[in-house]
Amino acid sequence: MTTQIKSKPLLAVQDLHTHFHTFAGTVKAVNGVSFEVGAGEVMGLVGESGGGKSVVGFSILGLIDSPGKIEGGQILLDGQDLVSAGENRLRQVRGREISMVFQDPMTSLNPLHTVGRQMDEVLCLHSDLDAAARKQACIDMLESVGISRAEERLKAYPHQFSGGMRQRVVIAIAMLARPRLIIADEPTTALDVTIQSQILKLMRQQIADKGASMILITHDLAVVSEMADHITVLYCGNVVERGKTRELIETPTHPYTRGLIDSIPDTAERHDRLKQIPGSVPDIRNLPKGCNFKDRCPRAQALCAEREPTLTAQHGSLWAACHFPLKPGELA
Amino acid sequence: MTGFFHSEFFHNYKRSTSAIIGSALMAFFAFAVLAGPFLVAQDPYDIAALNLMDSYKPPMWLEGGDPRFPLGTDGQGRDVWASILYGARISVFIGLVAMIASCTLGTLLGLIAGFYGGIADAIIMRIADIQLSFPSILIALFLMSAVGTGIDKVLIALTAVGWVVYARTVRGSTLSEIEKEYVQAAKVAGLSNRKIIRKHVLPNVLTPLIVIATIQVGTFVLIEASLSFLGVGVPITQPSLGLLIKNGFDVLFSGLWWTSVFPGVAIMTLVFGINLFGDFLRDELNPRLK
Repeated sequence: MTTQIKSKPLLAVQDLHTHFHTFAGTVKAVNGVSFEVGAGEVMGLVGESGGGKSVVGFSILGLIDSPGKIEGGQILLDGQDLVSAGENRLRQVRGREISMVFQDPMTSLNPLHTVGRQMDEVLCLHSDLDAAARKQACIDMLESVGISRAEERLKAYPHQFSGGMRQRVVIAIAMLARPRLIIADEPTTALDVTIQSQILKLMRQQIADKGASMILITHDLAVVSEMADHITVLYCGNVVERGKTRELIETPTHPYTRGLIDSIPDTAERHDRLKQIPGSVPDIRNLPKGCNFKDRCPRAQALCAEREPTLTAQHGSLWAACHFPLKPGELA
Repeated sequence: MTGFFHSEFFHNYKRSTSAIIGSALMAFFAFAVLAGPFLVAQDPYDIAALNLMDSYKPPMWLEGGDPRFPLGTDGQGRDVWASILYGARISVFIGLVAMIASCTLGTLLGLIAGFYGGIADAIIMRIADIQLSFPSILIALFLMSAVGTGIDKVLIALTAVGWVVYARTVRGSTLSEIEKEYVQAAKVAGLSNRKIIRKHVLPNVLTPLIVIATIQVGTFVLIEASLSFLGVGVPITQPSLGLLIKNGFDVLFSGLWWTSVFPGVAIMTLVFGINLFGDFLRDELNPRLK
């Protein structure tokens, strides 16, 4: 009998720094982010717009274009570093091991090619199947994402699909090469609320069926709380809090997380004004000394302007970067 | 093909007088250029067929006109009508070939500039900017006086002048196209840059080029005519419409107007037809005007 060893994480991001060197100064879009995604896990990456969520996603795939550059840290896929890997290795990783689902299904398919051709392109690149087998694989995949009459629909162009159907196609393309990790960048933001839940259900089922992992990038806490096993909250390119979904949603310790959760409209109670986090994200080219959140934080004290907080263990599985974290049950 | 006749494009075409006139003129010239040699009895460049006794005959409806020469003859006894048909072949050939060459070169450079950016972009676009700050006829004139006359030289000069518009247009559309998520998606899928350019970017930036290319044939015909008129264009043995005007220009004020005016009318009609149809295409293919 062999003893069960806790498996190494599929993807480990360690102290990632991605900076953009613009004429107006260096934008530290990702400034020391670390997290892990285990096999079969769904990790939610949450934060306001401009918080560096998408940059993390593109950094993992090595698709940061000039003037952006990964300045430090490691991205380990199965223990192999992708930051130092060459373009050839990255091209193998893209699509085959890690694929991506984008926000806007209206622009993520090429309007001039049929759906079938765009699906076939991925298989041509990442499989050794012959034409007939590739076609069958495309049909099976379309059917598994809930598109009926798949064989006919292969010959259709993207404009002949509705938004929700297109996102199904995009998901099908992302799943085609059986990647082990899918990065979904705001996959439901552009969709109707009714379609949103269908697509989320579909993605969860696809991941479970194929044993893949997922990084779900979103600003929508309601979406991640439904989907994710773990959540990492980003603010100004830093991880401010992370932990298991349930604990983080029910008893967050960082005031920023608390603020995000409180700003979800509560349908049970009527308020004249929706709750919000006061102020806005500071200029990321010129971050203040100390904690980045202190100007918007109801609990800020003198220490917060002095020293930047580091991630420290809180109750349960939670880690937070705050000098004065909330205790369970405490309101901000 | 039934799809085309039921398309919005064809429907609008039928209702646009200028488009119909324009395409009719273009069709007329296409026919004249292709069938020209079979329409006239005389080959104006076969010296043996010419008779100096026939020189400077006026058009047939004037006194002294000869029904063999409907638009009169020039100093060598060449039929003006036949000369126009033969000259239009050369003008249209130059216009079309130079357009295809400019379009290919400009599209390629525009794609490189737009997709890769950086140094390549800076160099290509600065050259384009410098070129655009001079009138194209001036650049062509300069090149022609440097390399000499000849149809091939005219083609080189026109291409050197013409690629700029394509490069700028393609670069612009490429920049907006590569921001779209399907290009990102192609990168994420692991496609090489060259494949992404060929399969995803190129087909999506072609539409505006159709309009530019159409209008440019007209512009090139005019530039070539100007060059030939100024004596640096096609050689005298292969006279284009512009050279015919020049040849007749010397005797224009002696009352022998037909040798110059009829080729001029031919150029005007040809360019007018191309521009009318080009305007229609622009209205049809520009999504912002819809």
